Amino acid sequence: MVTHTQSARAGQRERAGEASGVAERSRPGLGQRLGGFLERSWRPFALLAALFVAWWGVTAAELVEPYLVPSPGDTFDAIAQRPEYFWEHTWTTTYETVLGFVIAIAVGVVAAVAMVQSSTLEKTLYPLLLFAQVIPKIAIAPLFVVWLGFGLGPKILVAVLMAFFPVVISMVTGLKSVDPEMLQLSSTMGAKSGQTFWKIRFPASLPHLFSGLKVAATMAVTGAVVGEFVGANAGLGFVILQANGNLDTPVLFAGLLIMSLLGVLLFVIVEWLEQLLLPWHASRRDEGASTTI
Amino acid sequence: MAGYAVEIDDVTVRFRSKKRDVTALTDVTMRVEPGEFVSIVGPSGCGKSTLLKLSSGLLPASTGDVRLFGEPVNGPRKDIGYVFQKAALLEWRSARKNILLQAEMRKMPAKEAAARADELIEMTGLSGFEDALPHELSGGMQQRVALCRALLHRPPVLLMDEPFGALDALTREQMNVELRRIWQETGTTVLLVTHSIAEAVYLSDQVVMISARPGTVAGVVDVNLPVERDYGPTMAEPEFAKATRHIRDHLGAAAAAE
Ligand SMILES: Nc1ncnc2c1ncn2[C@@H]1O[C@H](COP(=O)(O)OP(=O)(O)O)[C@@H](O)[C@H]1O
Ligand SMILES: [Mg+2]
Repeated sequence: MVTHTQSARAGQRERAGEASGVAERSRPGLGQRLGGFLERSWRPFALLAALFVAWWGVTAAELVEPYLVPSPGDTFDAIAQRPEYFWEHTWTTTYETVLGFVIAIAVGVVAAVAMVQSSTLEKTLYPLLLFAQVIPKIAIAPLFVVWLGFGLGPKILVAVLMAFFPVVISMVTGLKSVDPEMLQLSSTMGAKSGQTFWKIRFPASLPHLFSGLKVAATMAVTGAVVGEFVGANAGLGFVILQANGNLDTPVLFAGLLIMSLLGVLLFVIVEWLEQLLLPWHASRRDEGASTTI
Repeated sequence: MAGYAVEIDDVTVRFRSKKRDVTALTDVTMRVEPGEFVSIVGPSGCGKSTLLKLSSGLLPASTGDVRLFGEPVNGPRKDIGYVFQKAALLEWRSARKNILLQAEMRKMPAKEAAARADELIEMTGLSGFEDALPHELSGGMQQRVALCRALLHRPPVLLMDEPFGALDALTREQMNVELRRIWQETGTTVLLVTHSIAEAVYLSDQVVMISARPGTVAGVVDVNLPVERDYGPTMAEPEFAKATRHIRDHLGAAAAAE
């Protein structure tokens, strides 16, 4: 039997390889890869389920007052009673988060490339970036509301600001991680700098970029919600703030739950994309080839 | 004037950094005939890698002249192939695509490049591994891929910097035999840096000995072995023993004099 974790290479070339003791296997399909991914990540789901059971247990045994910690049942009831309400606000936050995340990636990658090309630019931009990172977003968010009003603008801006830094840092590290001998080889091949960038530097930087993207994805959710806290009439941050004012803990918990799920979902999507795009990377290899039994 | 493949004329290389100046090479003069196989041996840090980088134009000489086929070298040269100790393969590309990187960068006609790649894959015994990613290949296989990549454009000069240094002894011997055969088949000029005196003598027409820092040419040994060199019998030749002993004495004496 051939174990399914075996890393397989393309081709239907069983015959050519056999003489040298190499038999090729066909590349796993999308479904198979997704299956493999689920199989590898069942543990976190199990942990989540356990937490859930603990939550249910604590409230069912009435260890805390229901107005402090509502039961899972009450929380889901809160959602079931007003599905459009939750759907609408979740959608708003999702929109802000995804847009902020995408803008952060675009701006971050471009900034990183520019900084790696020119050390003057790097020296100029780095302190600015650091400043933008260390300044508490919750403190400047009100300013954005003053500038941009109560619409989506300030929320997206805060999401961008929070997600941007990990993208730049990881991309700069990635672009600089290329083996100098590889670059020397490239110049003996007469490569133009554009060729060296697209064929060597950029692909080599992707594993680093993706580890930054995973941090950035969760930051973007936080950013959007922070933006909503400061001034909004829509979004999960608004829901939580409103529920807080009404001491409506089931709705508050529902908002928190959806928000966390949103962050996790975005993270998982990024991780899945990484798996899809970088199967060659050491951290992504399915434990290499396993021996056949 | 275009008589020599590689000419290094009275070259000095100094590295200048904030902390200190290092003179890596001084007064180095050497000439390599087209089609010749020349090895460079010497203690660590004596400037062997610097010498190859100089020949390829990756490093400028502080003083002196470097010429390839009579043409002054200033800036990286395209008419060479380079192999490093690390295979330096792109880990997301298959063996074949790594070899073809050379063609892509040079914008060689795709058909011609593919045919040449097939030929080299066959020649180096990589058949059956074309689609493997670097991490799926052994060290010896990876180095074969690097060699194919360096030979794809039929460079008149091949520069190799301790290409087999990371391989086990047996694989290394095997690669020596293959390199000798490939050199004979391609007729390219080879400059090989190595730590192994046996490797240098088995493969070369000439062995250049470099002394410790600052590196300079301490002597040249002509290897008078026949063109056809079967590994075992060659090792047993009196000429082989003579050449290796000569080099060992020379390098040993240089080290003792320090
Ligand atoms: N880029 C560099 N900057 C400063 N010093 C260098 C550089 N490259 C090499 N050197 C120095 O030059 C000397 C020769 O180096 P190298 O040619 O790599 O030696 P070898 O290959 O014989 O071991 C060493 O002392 C090394 O420290
Ligand atoms: Mg060296």
